[in-house]
Amino acid sequence: MSSSGSPLKPKHQRLVLVLLALVALIAAGLLAAYALRNQASYFYLPEQMRDDPPAIGQAVRLGGMVEDGSLRTLGDGVTIAFNVTGLDNSVIPVRFSGIVPDLFVEGSGVVAEGALEADGTFVADNLLAKHDENYVPRELQEMSEHQAAEMAEETTVGIP
Amino acid sequence: MIAELGLAALWLAAALAALQLLTGALAVRAGEDGAEIAALTRPAAVLQGVLAGFAFAMLLWVFAVTDLSVKLVASNSHSMKPLIYKLSGAWGNHEGSMLLWVTVMALAGGLIALIERRLPERTMQATLSAQGFVALGFYAFLLLSSNPFERLPVPAVEGLGLNPLLQDIGLAFHPPTLYFGYVGLSIAFSFAVGALVTRQVTPDFASAMRPWVLGAWVFLTLGITAGSYWAYYELGWGGWWFWDPVENASLMPWLAATALLHSASVLAARDALRAWTIMLGVVAFSMSMVGTFLVRSGILTSVHAFAVDPERGTFILFLLMLYIGGALLLFALRAGTVTEGTRFAVASREGALVFNNVMLSATLAIVLLGTLYPLLTEAFDVRVSVGPPYFNPVGAIFVIPMLLVMAVGPLLRWRQDGFGRISRELALIGALILAGLILFALIGEIDLLPLLGLALSGALAVTSFLPLKGRKLRRTPIAIWGMVVAHFGIAVALFGMASESAFSQERLAAVRIGEETQVGPWTITLAGVAPVAGPNWTAIEGRIAASYDGGEPRILRPQARNFWAPPQETTESELATRWNGQLYAVIGNESGDGRWQLRLWWKPFVTLIWYGGVLVALGGVLALVGRVLGDIRRRAFRRRLADRRAEGLA
Repeated sequence: MSSSGSPLKPKHQRLVLVLLALVALIAAGLLAAYALRNQASYFYLPEQMRDDPPAIGQAVRLGGMVEDGSLRTLGDGVTIAFNVTGLDNSVIPVRFSGIVPDLFVEGSGVVAEGALEADGTFVADNLLAKHDENYVPRELQEMSEHQAAEMAEETTVGIP
Repeated sequence: MIAELGLAALWLAAALAALQLLTGALAVRAGEDGAEIAALTRPAAVLQGVLAGFAFAMLLWVFAVTDLSVKLVASNSHSMKPLIYKLSGAWGNHEGSMLLWVTVMALAGGLIALIERRLPERTMQATLSAQGFVALGFYAFLLLSSNPFERLPVPAVEGLGLNPLLQDIGLAFHPPTLYFGYVGLSIAFSFAVGALVTRQVTPDFASAMRPWVLGAWVFLTLGITAGSYWAYYELGWGGWWFWDPVENASLMPWLAATALLHSASVLAARDALRAWTIMLGVVAFSMSMVGTFLVRSGILTSVHAFAVDPERGTFILFLLMLYIGGALLLFALRAGTVTEGTRFAVASREGALVFNNVMLSATLAIVLLGTLYPLLTEAFDVRVSVGPPYFNPVGAIFVIPMLLVMAVGPLLRWRQDGFGRISRELALIGALILAGLILFALIGEIDLLPLLGLALSGALAVTSFLPLKGRKLRRTPIAIWGMVVAHFGIAVALFGMASESAFSQERLAAVRIGEETQVGPWTITLAGVAPVAGPNWTAIEGRIAASYDGGEPRILRPQARNFWAPPQETTESELATRWNGQLYAVIGNESGDGRWQLRLWWKPFVTLIWYGGVLVALGGVLALVGRVLGDIRRRAFRRRLADRRAEGLA
């Protein structure tokens, strides 16, 4: 296009501009669609992970409640292990090395980002807990009306 | 009484916005005969600004005195809070932030009514009318669904306090900065609509719009930079960008505004890209509104989102469709009648700017799709989260070619040029990138993207100064300096980003008091742990002796804080800054056997990310000053010329 070097005719110029913009935007859209289909990590509830586990090592999210009494610190002092439970007493063991987020406690909701290992342990490289007193992970809202209500009650300060 | 005064002012301001919409529209319709009606529009806009400002001042007042009979104060403030956070609490919530939004919009509208004299009067009337229309929607939103002045039936005994994460000086001023940006783009939107209505898309229009876009863009840049630094040191995760929907909400209008800024320059200087500039004016504000919708509707999970209320989400969605749909319809009807601009060759400054515009738009599309994708799949009951594995590589496909063209674009001549003329510069850039790639490949294991980033930043840093070559530095227009500084700022920020992701080192350790650990060149000793207390919190504070490369140790004091109103824990990281990077320290829990968790990062040159952002904003300020001074000088020159002619005739 640049070989001619001379200004294009106005009509052609507008056409070239519109085509260029369209091609770039369509390319962006196709790329995005392709990448999103391949790279988006999916959200699992514990019972889904038990019944139909993701591939070993595939990056996914696991969301549920931290089982009461399951939280312990391992020997190295920086790794914690706990169980995430779902609706029907399904339990997924989780391991996480790092400083736990604020508001991460037993009996509370958590979303863990990571991957399943061969031995059935979910190794998290990131934990998302509530970030303020009113925050309920959106993914958990439908987990159980009852549990969600309980969690909201525990964590929300009502207005007098 | 104060709250009622504020509410009354808000209603009056809404009425004035309606008046402004009406008189502006009538004046445009009547044309020459509408002078009497037209005379009402500007004063209405100014008065609307004053009243909205007054309403906001009243909100600040009730927060300052902690009037607990006002619901918003009771739910977001506390009598024990430091005054600065009482004031910032006024906008640290949904209702207050929407009032701030409306106030900024009204003040900006008042300001254009006061000072903008370059546009043809009819276009000005159409612009003010559009501005009144946009403002009216937001007044309706505030007054009907988010009244910030609502009273409680019985005053509260004590307030609930402000989310501790928001009790931070950086965050107190971060939202207003972003809002100035978002709302500044509403002016660009109104200008675009006004010019479409009267079909007067001229270079004059672009020069009138440009300072507003520049101003909005400077605030957006500063807001994003500040927000990134806040997330970095306050959240304690050690990252500076998370692709959180709220961050994307500010990035998208920035991308659009950056494109708009450059296309408005082409229109102002060369009278080309008319329809494209108008389109970007509409898109930029659309992105502000999409951002507001995402953040305020609670439709996406986010660290920052605070209003989870379907009714409000629906309201904003309705406004979004009304304004954006309306503007796009108008654009579709009128774009064909906007006359042709001047022609240019592909290899020209315009050509480079068009390329940059298209790449920015494509990047915007990538970010928008990635942000909205989880919403889309959720409609089909599939839960998805989109993060860095998507945004980084896919975005890079468009950002890298853009940065390459950014390096050479400013060297090209307007209208028509050949790459032969700048072949020496092209060779220089190629050599720099190649040298960078080889050098960093030799250093060791490093990913492709950071490697490309480092090489590109070096090339950009050099080429950003090339436009000054052959100029007398003293006489170079300030606007050119602005471009140079902003482009150099991009190079600086890019270097910081690439260096951080390539060379960061992390150490997670559990140490007893007196024990040592290593991260990068630092030797870290936990000297002690002690309880401390603040005005509304208590904390466990670690005393960490950090010594760089065996040098004199400095003491860092990261904290794990407990706030009691509302009850919440936060981590306060502590940073040791050197010229060549930052040590980042967070303290966690005691692991039960006397060992404390420490999370440490050594991040070489990470500070350049934010220095770069500030430089980019500074470049914008210089460009703005240059343009405004240039206008004043031109106006004075024309006046003198007219005077002399008048004398000559007399």
